[in-house]
Formats: sequence, C-alpha cells, structure tokens
Amino acid sequence: MGVSHRVSEDVRPVAVESFDLADHPVPQGREEEWRFTPLSRLRGLHDGTAAASAASGGAQGKVVVEIDAAPEVVVETVDRTDPRLGRTGTPLDRVSAQAWAAFDRAVVLTVPREAVASRPTVVTRRGEGVDGAVFGHLLVEVEAFASAVVVIDHVGSATYADNLEISLGDSAQLTLVSLQEWADDAVHLSSHRARVGRDARLRHITVSLGGDLVRIHPVVEYAGPGGDAELLGLYFADAGQHLEHRLFVDHAVPHCRSNVTYKGALQGQDAHTVWIGDVLIRHDAVGTDTYEQNRNLVLTDGARADSVPNLEIETGEIVGAGHASTTGRFDDEQLFYLQARGIPEEDARRLVVRGFFADLLARIGIDELEDRLIAAVDTELERAGS
Amino acid sequence: MSALEIRDLHVTVETEDGPREILTGVDLTVRTGETHAIMGPNGSGKSTLAYSIAGHPKYTVTRGSVTLDGEDILAMTVDQRARAGLFLAMQYPVEIPGVSVSNFLRTAATAVNGEAPKLRTWVKEVNAAMERLAIDPAFATRNVNEGFSGGEKKRHEILQLELLKPRFAILDETDSGLDVDALKVVSEGVNRVRESGAVGTLLITHYTRILRYITPDFVHVFAGGKIVEEGGPELADQLESEGYERFVKAGAGA
Repeated sequence: MGVSHRVSEDVRPVAVESFDLADHPVPQGREEEWRFTPLSRLRGLHDGTAAASAASGGAQGKVVVEIDAAPEVVVETVDRTDPRLGRTGTPLDRVSAQAWAAFDRAVVLTVPREAVASRPTVVTRRGEGVDGAVFGHLLVEVEAFASAVVVIDHVGSATYADNLEISLGDSAQLTLVSLQEWADDAVHLSSHRARVGRDARLRHITVSLGGDLVRIHPVVEYAGPGGDAELLGLYFADAGQHLEHRLFVDHAVPHCRSNVTYKGALQGQDAHTVWIGDVLIRHDAVGTDTYEQNRNLVLTDGARADSVPNLEIETGEIVGAGHASTTGRFDDEQLFYLQARGIPEEDARRLVVRGFFADLLARIGIDELEDRLIAAVDTELERAGS
Repeated sequence: MSALEIRDLHVTVETEDGPREILTGVDLTVRTGETHAIMGPNGSGKSTLAYSIAGHPKYTVTRGSVTLDGEDILAMTVDQRARAGLFLAMQYPVEIPGVSVSNFLRTAATAVNGEAPKLRTWVKEVNAAMERLAIDPAFATRNVNEGFSGGEKKRHEILQLELLKPRFAILDETDSGLDVDALKVVSEGVNRVRESGAVGTLLITHYTRILRYITPDFVHVFAGGKIVEEGGPELADQLESEGYERFVKAGAGA
C-alpha cells in the first residue's frame, strides 16, 4: 500500500493546449501528468507507433458502437470536419491529441433545446480485439433547458483512445455515466472535456472495473455563473490492473459549484490505482463552492493506491473549498465482528466492501445502475475469493 | 441440556518479544440454564478467554480444548462457532460503515438460523426487541455501531443476543461504561434471555455492580490467566468488600 500527497504550487495542467499532435511531445514518464502511468503498457497510443501502424496497413482494431437512444435524442454520425467538434476545448495531453488526429468519424448526441429525454441513452462500445489501435470521438450536446441521462458502456477487448466532449447549454441537466467494464486485456485512455453552461447541472460518473490499463482524464469548465458539477467515481482494481483517474475542475467564473467523490477498492498483487484531483479557483471565480474527496480501501497486500488532491485558490471570496483523501486497509476487526455473528467470511467481506461503496452508489441515483454496480462489485470480490 | 467445556486452556498472544502466554490452564464447564460470573482484575486474561472461545485470530491456543456438547469448537472458524450456538457480546464493538443495523441483523439471523427470517414476523420481532431495550426505531437505519454512544453499542449487542438466541452467551464487560439506567435496561435484556433456560451465560466483569441485577449461579475469580477460586454469589460480595489483591498474589504465585 502506498499513498503519496503532492503539495502543489500550481495545479494548472502544464500541457500544451493544441489540436496539433506535433505540439505535444511524446511523454517519457517523468512528466507530472504521466509519472504514475506505465507507458510501456500503452501499446504505442502515446508515441505515435499505434496510429502509424494502423494507418500503414497494420492490424486493424475494431470497436463497434451501438446506440440505444431515448426518442428525444438526435443521434448523428459525422465526419471529422463537422464544425461542432472540438468546441469544448483543445486536447490537453498527447494521447488526447493523438485521438483527435486519428479518429475517423464521430458520434454526436444532441438533446434539443427544452427536450427532456424520457429514458437513458446508452452508447455501447464493444471492442473486438486488442490488435490495432482504435480512436474514437463522441460529442454529447445538451441544449438549453434540456435534460438527459447518457450511459457509455465500454466492453470487450481493445486498444482504445478517445475524446468525449460534453456541452451543457444554459440550465441544461445531464447525468453522464462512463462505464469501463472492459475485458482483462483492454487498454483505454479517455479525455473528457465538459463545458457547463449558466445554471446548468452536470453529474459525471465514472465506473472503472475492467481493463488492463484504464486512464480517464475528465476536465470541467464553466461557461457561465451558477453551474454545478458533481463528479462521482467508483473503481475496483484487481491484480496487475492499473486504473487511473485524473480530474481537473477549472473554476474561472463566479458562483459555480463542484463536488468530487471518488471511491476505490484494490485487491491482489500489483493492483494499482491513481487518483489525481486538481481544483483551481481562479481570481474571478468568487462565490465558488467546491469539495473533493478520494477514499481507497486496500483489501490485500501487494496493492498500491496513489491519491493526490490539489487545490489552488486565487481568490478569498469563496463559499467553501476543501479536500480529503484517505487510504485504509481492510479492517480485520470488522470481519471478526461479522463472523462472530455467524456470517461466513466471504459474505462478511462482501458486506464490508458494499458498505464502503454504499453512500456513493446511493448518490448515483439511477436505480437500475445501482443494482448492476452492486452486482459488479460482488463479482470483483468473487474473482479474488476464487 | 448442552455443555460448553473448557479444559486446561492455554493461550498465547504474539508480542514484539515473541509469544506471551495469557491463559495458563483454564478449566470451566458451563451448562445451559446456568450463569457463571468471571471476575478478575485488569490484565488477568478474562477478555482473552472470551475472544479465544469466539476464535479471534490474534490468539493462539497452545494446549487444552473447548468443546460444545463434545464438538471441538477450536477446529471451527469464527462464523462456524457462532452458528454452533456461541455468542460474544463485545466490549468494544466495531463500526461497519455503510451497513445498516437492519441489514446486519437480518444477515446474521439468516446465517445463524440457516434460512432467511420471514419478513413480516421478523420486523415485528426486531421492533419488539428494540422497544424492550429502549432503542429508538430510527436505530435500524443507522450504520452498525457508527456514531453510537457507549450505551447504544451495548444495547445493540444485547439486541443481537435476544434475536440470535445462542446456546452460550459470553458477555465481555457488558457493564463497562454504562450509567445505572442503561445498566438496568441491559441487565433486563440478559435476564429475559436467561429466563428461557436455553442459554448458558458467561458474564465477564471487573465490577460486582452488574451482579446486583444479574444473579450468577457461580462466581469464578480469574487471576494470572486462570481460575483461582470458585464459589456462589456470596464470593462476589466478598470481592466487593475485599478487592482482588489476595487473588492477584495467588495468581502470580501459581
């Protein structure tokens, strides 16, 4: 078990903001934003070799996209020249720039002005093999006063990098869930770029359970005052798995709110999780209210959780700002207590881990998803028990 | 009638300086319907006896046996012991975040009885037991032991005792930290369970106070990791007036 806390003087990403891949140097592993990521396991997504191989007739990967949309939601597949793409911001890191440079066609989901989606829209991305990198792009645009739930489910095997643009108009509401339920051999790097309109509310939820290496990089910016972003995350790393979540919430406009809660469990040799929570309250962002927390539960020896909250405040006129990070070992006394009441060890362990995630699951607030996630957490535990 | 038999029990605990023997040969037989008080000074090994019987991994049995109607308890896992009919009311019950009392009680009852309790009668049974122990109904939705006061924790332990109906109950310093009112409520709970005649009770305590509410059939004085004197309730009165000093010396000399 390892915990590191970085005291940061400047949480602003140092990365170049550019659409041009050439402007982003190939990471070597020492850079702040790459220092936790095992680059050798990225299968060339970061250094151009994966894209070059695919472009020059090498193995062609395949990720099949299926969309089950609510009737109110407009679904389009568009060319990379579509003017709506890239408006939420430029790629912030090399892999994001690579995905931007290499993607072929993008999916655009639009929730028209004032429309209320009557059921969740589910985008399933199904990888059909790890040979050959695939690059994706998805734009979710929720226009003013509209509301929707969008679930993006990643399954199967893939070597995959993508950009997800999230745009909320004034007073729009979106719950976006990104599920990483990949097979054991998948590698997935994803940049999420969200712009939250005036008085809009974004609930952004990541759930990372599968894959060999998953790295999600959500960035939230506000386009007007009154915006509210709740970022929730649940992850469960098994032996050998690397699950990384690095968040950046950029408060540049007044009277916006953000709340980040990520919880993770780890078990098995070399299970590794990384959580970086960067929050910046810029000079003009008076009235900001922000809180971020990360909790890790280490179930076995040999696992490592890195947790680094960073908060930088450039104005004193805020409502509140705080952060918390804890990493604790599974408490054998809890196990003893439950077993002393007749509950078999495996069930007792499940109760404790479910309990650890309970408040987070309740906050997700989508009943079907909650049941599914409880079952998924149970499955993760069974993998360790066997 | 069932019997819990402890024979020549030796138990060690791992310390920085290697294993240290805490129990040095305990002999005791508890039958259902009987109440035994184990009294002794701090550090005499009373709690070690309780946790060793329950199977806490911190303790290693190096010699002796514990059997329940002839069955080897020491060969069982902690949960098997509980399902065999042992119950340990703990001195310091642990918090279990995110697990509600009602979920916990139902899960425990299911495990101990081998089948899920019938929902309607179970809820009634739980509510009635809670009422008898003066526990607020809102308690059921709280997380196990999380934010409980000392008195609430003990009442919650006795609530479990009433609901799980073990054959043998070990109460480890259940009286500690309770004010008189809470002590009465908890003692009444223990007495209700005893009145059934179906439970053997091992009451571990430092003070005689609880024995004013729960009358033991036998009193054992514990010192130096074993029982050094046995008698009836009158022995407790003697301890009340004379203290443990005499026995500490006896235990140390043994």
